[in-house]
Amino acid sequence: MISRLFKFSGGVHPPEHKLESTGQPIQVLPVSGTLVLPLRQHVGNLPKILVQPGDHVLKGQLLAEAVGAISAAVHAPTSGTIVSIEDQSIPHPSGLPDVSITLNPDGENRWMPLNPTDWRQRDRAEMISSLRVSGIVGMGGAAFPTQIKLRPGGGSGIKTLIINGAECEPYITCDDMLMRERADEIVRGIEIAHYLLGPEKCIVGIEDNKPEAERAMREACARSAVKIDVAVVPTLYPSGDARRLTALLTGIEVPSDKRSSDVGIQVFNVATMTAVYRYFSLGETVVSRIVTVTGNVARPGNFEVPLGTPMTALLEAAGGELPNTNGLIMGGPMMGFSLPSMQVPVIKATNCIIASAPRLFPAPPPVLPCIRCARCADACPVSLQPQELYWFAKSQNLDKAREYKLFDCIECGCCSYVCPSNIPLVQYYRFAKSEIIAQDKAKEAANLARERNEFRLERIEREKQERAAKHAQRAAGAKAESADADADAAKKAAIAAAMERAKAQKAEVQPKNTEDLSDAAKAEVAAIDVRRAEATAAEPEAANVVKEKQENG
Amino acid sequence: MLTALLVMLGLALLLGIVLGYSALKFKVEGDPLVDKIDAILPQTQCGQCGYPGCKPYATAIAKGEADINQCPPGGDSGMRALADLLGVEPKPLNAEHGLPKPKSVAVIDENLCIGCTLCIQACPVDAILGAAKHMHTIIASECTGCELCVAPCPVDCISMEPIQESVANWKWRYPVYSLKQTA
Ligand code: SF4
Ligand code: SF4
Ligand code: SF4
Repeated sequence: MISRLFKFSGGVHPPEHKLESTGQPIQVLPVSGTLVLPLRQHVGNLPKILVQPGDHVLKGQLLAEAVGAISAAVHAPTSGTIVSIEDQSIPHPSGLPDVSITLNPDGENRWMPLNPTDWRQRDRAEMISSLRVSGIVGMGGAAFPTQIKLRPGGGSGIKTLIINGAECEPYITCDDMLMRERADEIVRGIEIAHYLLGPEKCIVGIEDNKPEAERAMREACARSAVKIDVAVVPTLYPSGDARRLTALLTGIEVPSDKRSSDVGIQVFNVATMTAVYRYFSLGETVVSRIVTVTGNVARPGNFEVPLGTPMTALLEAAGGELPNTNGLIMGGPMMGFSLPSMQVPVIKATNCIIASAPRLFPAPPPVLPCIRCARCADACPVSLQPQELYWFAKSQNLDKAREYKLFDCIECGCCSYVCPSNIPLVQYYRFAKSEIIAQDKAKEAANLARERNEFRLERIEREKQERAAKHAQRAAGAKAESADADADAAKKAAIAAAMERAKAQKAEVQPKNTEDLSDAAKAEVAAIDVRRAEATAAEPEAANVVKEKQENG
Repeated sequence: MLTALLVMLGLALLLGIVLGYSALKFKVEGDPLVDKIDAILPQTQCGQCGYPGCKPYATAIAKGEADINQCPPGGDSGMRALADLLGVEPKPLNAEHGLPKPKSVAVIDENLCIGCTLCIQACPVDAILGAAKHMHTIIASECTGCELCVAPCPVDCISMEPIQESVANWKWRYPVYSLKQTA
């Protein structure tokens, strides 16, 4: 049992609007019409396409494989034929098209051969590397490739595994419904994550506005062989942010320049855990997800849809949009963005679709100047100074904005929510962030260009010198032969001189053991020498030299 | 009195040694001002400033021989950064050196290219690949858009294409909304 909960500063209580979409169970929608699969479903590198138009594929088959460390694979959500690979409208705030695979279903919905495994018998490293082809990304909306997060943490290892079922953003209920209806699947996924990471503790965090989900999770956890705690956190937006939830459950504030795995904590969304379970236990890759459809629609609810399904099909399933609908929001009202059209497909990050209407989202009141009331600073869960950030972003003083930790901002929108002057603060932060990122990229490109230019200038200089050297050599070529003869003679002379030197050195070497002797010994040596001198009278000079030396020493 | 003097003397000596040591140890190679200016310049190496490249222009600015408003690719923001660095008044870009254009990359029409290598010799950043008498290609990620390869091409097969906005390079816009009168 969790003994106590901690707190984070800031946070707001926006109207929840969750009841609308929890009235009916999750409906599984069949494949309808052509499916469009954008390659950009996650942060990081675009995956590499493995199929061609005309190919027939089976449900779950790999269509594009992960490239580099941060990337995720894309699979066929149903069996059918690849129609095209080209730019299509995708759910992205830019509204710009991006490369997508279009699949024409054959209506059979036939799975590729699945090989369910008993993960308990498998090697951990092998399991983790096999995640690269699973296509699993964080299903909470951030869509970060999961294979990176399931690697045992560098060195220290993961001590606490946190499962995020907080779902704090208004309107969204897909995790709530998943926990109510498929708690066992989540728990089996948690068991696998537990097996891979080997944490000491395992906590599921759920906001206190989801009592049914909490009950279902408690029961499922009780049935598990692994000890999993269920902790109820107070409803306060944004408690579902991974770092906020970590602070709530463990009291640990993960420093902004570190990842939570650096302090031994890893956080997964509940839906990600079901995906992990399905992949390892059933062999199923990520081909569908649960989406909340709510707002200005006739029958709001949660739907499990194949990825690539157009939003229009979802709206239809929810009874169609009501009059006055003026657009779609993907994600929640706090952090989501408006979709460019209703034709865009469902992607792995699509947790919620809200049909907006003036009745739900009235036009924002006029913006007034900032009155420096600092309410935004009180509401900010990251303890930033939103009013300062706003000032710097507005005046495009980007260095200052960075200095004031603009990149720690999680774009939760608490500050905009409380601002009495109705300033769209987050829009300024998003603008400033992407401006800074673009500038950094330009700087990098400039540095590369400088390097390449310097390299080229150096190369040209070197080539010039080489050419000059060659010319000089050719000019000198005529004289070369006589010079050769001279060089030979010089060489011989040098060798002779060296030999001479060596000889002289040898001659100079004297026995050294006769130095540093006591006087008596010296006298004895002298006497012996005298005798030797007498004996070898033919060489008196040599004897004298020896004698002199001894006297000097 | 004496102790005070000694302490001050000791301190002076100590600090002198530290300063002298750090002057040797942390000696800055090259001309730091030229490098600082060069760091602001966009490294397009296009020569529109009237110098054979960004570094020579930076050197000329540092010597006071060139003005700060001669680099069109750097644009207004580049000029402002230079003004900031040098502590001078910003001034509008000098149109004589050309006007800022949207960033482009060179594209070779590979059907027309005769493989003369003239563009390779012109490219200041070695962004063109190819061998004599073989078709040439431009590495788009390395092309600075300097346009120096366009003129030398004898068959006019190089064109400059503005970089399109895509999901990968898209930026959030500066928020615009009308400031309404509240009575
Ligand atoms: S959007 Fe950013 S600045 Fe505003 S409250 Fe959230 S974290 Fe703080
Ligand atoms: S809440 Fe709004 S008005 Fe108040 S300080 Fe922040 S930005 Fe200014
Ligand atoms: S390819 Fe052409 S435009 Fe691009 S950097 Fe080289 S010379 Fe300049």
